[in-house]
Amino acid sequence: MTVTDEKPRAGRPEEIRAVPVRHWGRWVAAVIIAYIAVWAIYSVVNNPNFGWDVIGQNFTITAVMTGIGKTLELTAIAMVMGVVGGVLLAIMRLSPNPLISGSAWLYIWAFRGTPVLVQILLWAFIKALVPQLSIGIPFGPTFAHFDANTLITPFVAGCLGLGLNEAAYMSEIVRAGILSVDQGQAEAASALGMSRAKTMRRIVLPQAMRVIIPPTGNETISMLKTSSLVSVIAVPELLYSVQIIYGRTYQTIPLLLLASIWYLIMTSILTVGQFYLERYFGRGTAQRQTMLERLWSNLRARRTVRRTAVEGREP
Amino acid sequence: MSGVGLDKPGAEPADGDGAPGGAPDGAPGQPMVRSEGVCKSFGRLDVLKGIDLEVMPGEVMCVIGPSGSGKSTFLRCINHLEKINAGRLWVNGHLVGYRERGGKLHELRESEVAAQRRDIGMVFQRFNLFPHMTALENVMEAPVQVRRIPRAKAREAAGALLERVGLGDKARSYPSQLSGGQQQRVAIARALAMEPALMLFDEPTSALDPELVGEVLEVMKQLAVDGMTMIVVTHEMGFAREVGDSLVFMDGGVVVEKGRPREVLANPQHQRTQDFLSKVL
Ligand SMILES: Nc1ncnc2c1ncn2[C@@H]1O[C@H](COP(=O)(O)OP(=O)(O)OP(=O)(O)O)[C@@H](O)[C@H]1O
Ligand SMILES: [Mg+2]
Repeated sequence: MTVTDEKPRAGRPEEIRAVPVRHWGRWVAAVIIAYIAVWAIYSVVNNPNFGWDVIGQNFTITAVMTGIGKTLELTAIAMVMGVVGGVLLAIMRLSPNPLISGSAWLYIWAFRGTPVLVQILLWAFIKALVPQLSIGIPFGPTFAHFDANTLITPFVAGCLGLGLNEAAYMSEIVRAGILSVDQGQAEAASALGMSRAKTMRRIVLPQAMRVIIPPTGNETISMLKTSSLVSVIAVPELLYSVQIIYGRTYQTIPLLLLASIWYLIMTSILTVGQFYLERYFGRGTAQRQTMLERLWSNLRARRTVRRTAVEGREP
Repeated sequence: MSGVGLDKPGAEPADGDGAPGGAPDGAPGQPMVRSEGVCKSFGRLDVLKGIDLEVMPGEVMCVIGPSGSGKSTFLRCINHLEKINAGRLWVNGHLVGYRERGGKLHELRESEVAAQRRDIGMVFQRFNLFPHMTALENVMEAPVQVRRIPRAKAREAAGALLERVGLGDKARSYPSQLSGGQQQRVAIARALAMEPALMLFDEPTSALDPELVGEVLEVMKQLAVDGMTMIVVTHEMGFAREVGDSLVFMDGGVVVEKGRPREVLANPQHQRTQDFLSKVL
C-alpha cells in the first residue's frame, strides 16, 4: 500500500487528445474495391448484350406497369391472408384444447411440408379435383353451387396458393412472438379481471409485435419475389408480363433485367417501410434511429462536447 | 366500494361446508378472506399443507417466511391464479373459483372467475406494468376494457389515482422511463383503478433499490390508513410492525405462528420463528 499526500487537483484533468489508430488495411481495400467496381460498371454499361436501350424503352410501358400492379396486389392479398391466418393458427396452437391445437398442427405440417409451387398448381387445377363447389352443410342441404372454373380464376388460385402457404409460416413467427412475452404480463391482466381473449388482443399481441414485425417484413419482401411463381399459371404479374413481351421479341435478357430492376426498387421501398413499422411497435423501449437521424445526433453530441471542452468545465 | 358479496346480507346458508363458527355466506361482519385447510401441490411437491387463516375487512395482514415456504403461492390461490387441491377459500363470502351446489363443487366459467378477480387487486414483485402503454394508459386499461367505463371518465379517474401515488407528472411516461419505485407505485394505482375490496401485495419492494423502498411503503401505508383490506408478503419488518394488524409466519407450507406484529417480532413463540427472525433482523 502506498500513501499519497497529493492535493486534489483544481478543476477537471486535461482532455485526452490521442492520435487515433490508422487503419492502413482499410485504405488499401477501398482502393482495390473501387477499381473493381469501376471496371464492372464500365463493362456492364458498354456490353450491348445487356440491351440498356431496350430496358429504357420498355421500362414504363403499360404492360409492365399493370404487371407491377398485379404483383403488388398479389403480395398484399397473400400477406393479409398470411398474417390473419397465421395469428389464428398461432392462437389455435397455443389453445389448451387438444383438438384445436392438433388441427392447427396438421395444417402447418401439410402446408409447410409441400412446395408452394405445387400448391399453386393444385389450386389452379382444382376443377379436376372438385368440379363443383357448393355452400351448405356437409352431408346435408346445399345452398349454392359454383363452377370451380369460374370461381377459381388463375388470380384467385395464385392468392390461395401463396396466402395459405404463407399462413403456415406466419403462424410460427406469431407463435414465437407470443411466447416471447413475459408470462407476468398475462398474469397481471388476469389479475385485473381481463378475459383470455382480451388479454391476448390488448396486452400480449401488441408486445409480441416487436418480435413479429421484423420477420414479417422479411416475409413480405420474400413474398414480393415468390409471387413471380404464379407466372406458371398465367397470372399477368410482372414476370409473366415481361415473359409475354420477350416471347414475341426474343429480347430475353434485357426484359429479365428490367423485371429485376423493378423488383429491386419495390423491395427497397418495403425495407424502408419495415424500419418505420419496427420503430412504431418498439415504442416504450429504446428507440432506433435512421442513418440520417444518427448522423445528426452524433454531430450535435460532438458539438456539445467541443463546447464544454472549450469552456473547460461543466455547467 | 362494496365487493361481490356485501350486497346480499344474511342470505344463503352455507350449505354443507360445515364451517366451524363461520358466519353465513354474505353476512355483515364476515371475514374478507377465509381460508380453511387450503392445500396446493405442484406435481409431487406439496407447497401448501393446510392453511387456516381469516382476514377481516380493513385488516392489514403481513406474511413473512423463508424462501419457498409458499407465500406467493397462497396469494395466487386467493385470486385463483392457482387452483387449490384441497380445502376451501372464500373471498367476501364467495368461494374462490367454484360454486358449491348439492354438496358438489362446480368449476366457475372463465368469465365468472374474471368477475371475481375484479374485486381483488394484486401487486407483483416485478411490477408487471404493460410496457407498451404509458403510466396513464396502464391505469386506465382495466376500467375501460373490463368495467366499460367511458374513456374520458376513466382518464380523469386514472389521473387522480396517479396523483394519489405521487406521480401526477409522470402520466405520459412509459414504464421504461420510470424508476423501479415509480413503476411499483403505478402498479398500485393500476390495481386500485378497479376499486378492489382487497389488495394482495407479493413482496412489492424486494426488487427495489433500498432508497426507493420508502416511497412505495409510504403509499401502502396511506392505503392502510384509508381502510383498505390488505395481505402483504414482505420482508420489511418495520412496515409489518408499524402498519400491520396481524403478522403471519409461514414455513414449509403451513402457518407456524400468527399474532400481533409487535408480539410476534419481539417474542416469537416457536423455535422456527425465532430462527427465522434471528436471521433477518
Ligand atoms: N408453477 C409452479 N410449478 C412448480 N413449482 C412451483 C410453481 N410455483 C411455485 N413452485 C414451488 O413452490 C414452492 C413455493 O413457492 P412460492 O413462490 O410460493 O414461495 P415463496 O414463499 O413465495 O418464496 P419466495 O420468498 O422465494 O418468493 C417453491 O418450492 C417453488 O419452487
Ligand atoms: Mg414469492
